[in-house]
Amino acid sequence: MNLGQHADFVIASYAVTVFVVGALVAWVTLDYSAQRRILGDLEDRGVTRRSRRAGKYQR
Amino acid sequence: MPVIDLANPTRFLGIVSRVLPWLAAATVLVFAFGLARVMNAPDDYQQGATVKIMFLHVPAAWLSMMCWGVMSVSALGTLVWRHPLADVAGKAAAPIGAAFTFICLITGSLWGRPTWGTYWVWDARLTSMLVLFLLYLGVLALYWTAEDPGRGSRAAAILALVGAVNIPIIKFSVEYWNTLHQPASLFRKGGSAIDSSILIPLLIMAGAFTLLFFTLHLAAMRNEILRRRVRSMRLMQAQELAEARS
Repeated sequence: MNLGQHADFVIASYAVTVFVVGALVAWVTLDYSAQRRILGDLEDRGVTRRSRRAGKYQR
Repeated sequence: MPVIDLANPTRFLGIVSRVLPWLAAATVLVFAFGLARVMNAPDDYQQGATVKIMFLHVPAAWLSMMCWGVMSVSALGTLVWRHPLADVAGKAAAPIGAAFTFICLITGSLWGRPTWGTYWVWDARLTSMLVLFLLYLGVLALYWTAEDPGRGSRAAAILALVGAVNIPIIKFSVEYWNTLHQPASLFRKGGSAIDSSILIPLLIMAGAFTLLFFTLHLAAMRNEILRRRVRSMRLMQAQELAEARS
């Protein structure tokens, strides 16, 4: 594939897009791990959500 | 299952965990197929190989506007029905929309230099697109800096609805004003002006970007629901500690 005399512009466009999309994917993946970890820590310390607690009392 | 059941966050999380792997796999496959078609697409008779920038620029531009549309509908859900999942959808869409708008602006600028001889002009299309990017940053600032998340969400929803005015301005800017940006060449009277050898890869890439948007949006919504659970659990923990001390 020959990108001609303006190859730098084409390559830069694809590089920026890959970087931004990669950053978005990394953000959702790392954020998911972080939230799961914090929720796990809270549950380990015995903190439960109001809805779960209500469910427990109803039983 | 009735659609209203999807509005339950716990049920929504269950559906997301089942759908997300398939959606992510479909996104990767369509991107691979689209990029293979892009590599084999012919050069434009005037622009040469720089036309390959179009396969990123145009889908990013479409998604930047579609994402604002999603945020506007979510804003209605937040303000009219006060549904928490609508607010989650709006908040999750904002950074993704900002990122696609950024891609659109940068790739457009990199495309403009070899074709127009300049990276930037203050014409109606480019300026209205820059305004859209600034509106996204405004929405993000409201979501991320508000001390009370509820007030931040309502303010962001109002800005999303007000900012929706900009979408038809972007769309019709190339028709109503003299712009350096070319007029619409795909959705126009008389059919597409693009040859099928370039049009088909463009449509496949648009499909890939759309799948990417929905994958990222669902994943970001799932994260936001978990973040809100963390917040409510921390508040409950703080409340219990305060009660135990008193």
